[in-house]
Amino acid sequence: MTLLDFLREYLGMTGTNAGCRTGDCGACTVLLDGKSVNSCLVLACECDGKAVLTIEGLSAGGRLHPLQEAFMDEGAVQCGFCTPGMIMRGVEFLRGNPDPSPAEARVAIEGNICRCTGYENIVKAVLAAARKMKGGGVA
Amino acid sequence: MSGFACVGRKVHKIDAFDKVTGRAVYGHDLRIPGMLHGRILRSAHAHARIAEIDARPALGVPGVHAVITAADAKTGNIGFLQDHPVLKGDRVRSFRDEVAAVAASSEEAAEEACSRIIVKYEPLPAVFDPFEAMAPGAPQLHDSAPANIIKFGYDFNEGDADKALESSAFTAEGTFRTHYVTHCCMETCFALAVFGRGGSLTFHSSTQIPYLMQNTLSRVTGVPAWKIRIRQPVIGGAFGSKLDVYPYEIIAILLAQRTGRPVKITYTREEEFRCTPTRQPMVIRMSAGCDREGKLTARKAEAVLDNGAYTSWGITTPHIMLTGISSLYKVPNVSFKAFSVYTNNAYASAFRGYGNPQGTFANEQLIDELALKAGIDPVEFRLRNANTPGSVTPQRFRITTCGLSECIRKAAERIGFGGPKAANEGVGIACMFHVGGGGRVYKSDGCGVIAKLDDFGRLSLMTGATEIGTGSDTAMAMIGAECLGLPLDAVSVINDDTDVGPWDVGIHASRMTFIGGNAVIMACEDIKDQLREHAAPMIGSDPKNLEFRDSKIIDCMNPDRNIEISRVVRAVHFREKGRMIVGKGFYDPPNEFQGKDFRGNVSSTYAFAAHAVRVRVDPSTGKIAVLKFVAAHDVGRAINPLGLEGQVHGAIAQGLGFALSEQLVYDKGRLLNDNFTDYKMLLARDMPAEIEIHFIETDDPEGPFGAKGVSEAGIIPIPAAVANAVADAVGIRIRTLPMTPENVHSALKAAGKAT
Ligand code: FES
Ligand code: FES
Repeated sequence: MTLLDFLREYLGMTGTNAGCRTGDCGACTVLLDGKSVNSCLVLACECDGKAVLTIEGLSAGGRLHPLQEAFMDEGAVQCGFCTPGMIMRGVEFLRGNPDPSPAEARVAIEGNICRCTGYENIVKAVLAAARKMKGGGVA
Repeated sequence: MSGFACVGRKVHKIDAFDKVTGRAVYGHDLRIPGMLHGRILRSAHAHARIAEIDARPALGVPGVHAVITAADAKTGNIGFLQDHPVLKGDRVRSFRDEVAAVAASSEEAAEEACSRIIVKYEPLPAVFDPFEAMAPGAPQLHDSAPANIIKFGYDFNEGDADKALESSAFTAEGTFRTHYVTHCCMETCFALAVFGRGGSLTFHSSTQIPYLMQNTLSRVTGVPAWKIRIRQPVIGGAFGSKLDVYPYEIIAILLAQRTGRPVKITYTREEEFRCTPTRQPMVIRMSAGCDREGKLTARKAEAVLDNGAYTSWGITTPHIMLTGISSLYKVPNVSFKAFSVYTNNAYASAFRGYGNPQGTFANEQLIDELALKAGIDPVEFRLRNANTPGSVTPQRFRITTCGLSECIRKAAERIGFGGPKAANEGVGIACMFHVGGGGRVYKSDGCGVIAKLDDFGRLSLMTGATEIGTGSDTAMAMIGAECLGLPLDAVSVINDDTDVGPWDVGIHASRMTFIGGNAVIMACEDIKDQLREHAAPMIGSDPKNLEFRDSKIIDCMNPDRNIEISRVVRAVHFREKGRMIVGKGFYDPPNEFQGKDFRGNVSSTYAFAAHAVRVRVDPSTGKIAVLKFVAAHDVGRAINPLGLEGQVHGAIAQGLGFALSEQLVYDKGRLLNDNFTDYKMLLARDMPAEIEIHFIETDDPEGPFGAKGVSEAGIIPIPAAVANAVADAVGIRIRTLPMTPENVHSALKAAGKAT
């Protein structure tokens, strides 16, 4: 069983979406010990003893992550199907690169397909979140 | 700004919170106790007779509850011409044909069972090109269509295009070819059928046409339409693909009927590529003429459409292609013919812009060619011919507000037309004309809203208007908030249930904000009348002086006299002979259904845009780099500027993909690239680094707060704009899509310009 199926079918955590199940779209992106993975390509049993962070866990405690805020502020959400994966990828990216250029942000999300937004507002959201996180000291 | 409290402001989409937190419930997420999983077995041939189907081995797979074939599941046909059997019994006509289906307790069991069904085929000769399909001796697909030519075509004539072309000072002509692309909704298709009390059917679907779907499902399955309820979860993309009813949806119902259990079918991505409809490919022969001053004299177009094996909306895409050909710019003489031909290929449906991107690809390239011949700058040429308010086009479209000239000037200026260019760099412009005030493509163009105010000042908008990601829900909520002076958070849109929402014809033709928004205004006016009547005696004011602001009803002559809206509602509820505060709005725009002559004002206003691009062509590889993109749109008014920008950005990505890289590649009807690695959509890093979007606000008198529909508009001019820029850069005309490096390089080579 893949991590994706484990989350969705076994745990009923449907925030993580399945766009292809072949590792091509990034909709299923989650963080595994802090690194972004396509959960459709990871076996659930490989995650034994590891930390899995999904979109549901990102706003634990009821406070939205700055990226979640920024996606709303910048109009980065249309149908929203790519959104959880996009945000999880963004979380990992900003941890490693807290002050990215637009070009770096574009490359960072190149493995996440969005059919609706044309990416522009997603890139803006990533940059806005970076600014906010630097200012507010959120990691 | 506009002086509005909510309209025109940057707001969070009302569904954004659920979507950024993973709470949004999509079709994929639906699960019902006892639910079975359906799978479909498809044809192994492009064209064959089915000699025998032995489904018994499938029943031996543990967990299998039912196997159905055409023999034991009798239904009506589907499709625009009802030429499409749901399960194919005696003959398959394409690889996507449904031959049998299984319901089982798991996806795996269903899949395994499908693989055990034995089908004996007798292959038939097949045909994959519409011109070959018309030739004598070609295999015939349907008895109703001799020579495979479908008896449903388009023939429109205004003036005398042939004569006008003959006497034109300059003419240009060409044959243009557009290709197969597909919607690639990020959520693959699903259908979930649940039977309940008295044989009633609840059908969970991502459809764009909930109420029309009730009718089709009923006609095909025999379940009475009044027993069918459509529920729509959050929809993970549509773009026109969900405007028709497809076999898998009927199959889910048949399997649920057979098993007495809820049945869900979910497509794999591979199935999504192979089995969902495409954009309509076309071969368009077009000519255009102008006089010495560069005034257009005539346009003449003939289009041949590869219909594929069955008929969905693809066959009607010339309807919208014609609107651009007849009505983009002022052109007195127009001749247009189009027809469709059956082949053993994939069939096409609706896709953002309908046939307009295809037609505009031809149309706007010929404008550049005419401008060149007439020695007139292409921007100036367009301005000389631009539509103007108050004019009437050959199809009798009445142009009311029109910002086309402003769009052209803005796009040209911002891209730097006439300015310096590096080697192999070029700029191109293309414009578009599209419906912007609904589109009466069915007899109805209406949408209903029931608005309810509760004791605490919360406004619920119950409607049939479907949200497919475009943000129409948010626009409707903003309009409701504006009308009643409520905060946006106090407005909810309930539009997921045909048992609750009043009629809507469907989300197409960029109509939802325009039509649904007007319906919201009407429903809110109804509520305001009721509230005025109740509030006036409470605060001692004249009802006509009452305004709605800051969640209050305020006497504009004496603002000290005011009262919370919620207090009025409570007072109306908690009394003898109480009342409820519910408003109704049904907006059916003042537009016309066209007759067989294709004349009539199909939309109550029209959208215009100009796109300009700067490209660099690499003569050694043929690769086109889009350096800068400028989009200028006449939007009437931006209700939700962020959402509007998002619609245009998304259209730019889809349009550039259509122009440059996306292509379904078939080998004798079999799809070769059924995954995101081989089907090349633009990714984040492929987008132009510099994109500018400009809105021209023409404040349309019929639009809600002046707005026009705009969601399709952005994709329409793009392939033409890029082709015009390539011509400017390296002097070659690309008339066949897509403009991949290989195709551009071979065109460069043919012109002796490759390095
Ligand atoms: S679902 Fe995992 S990458 Fe697409
Ligand atoms: S918002 Fe629809 S796929 Fe990204």
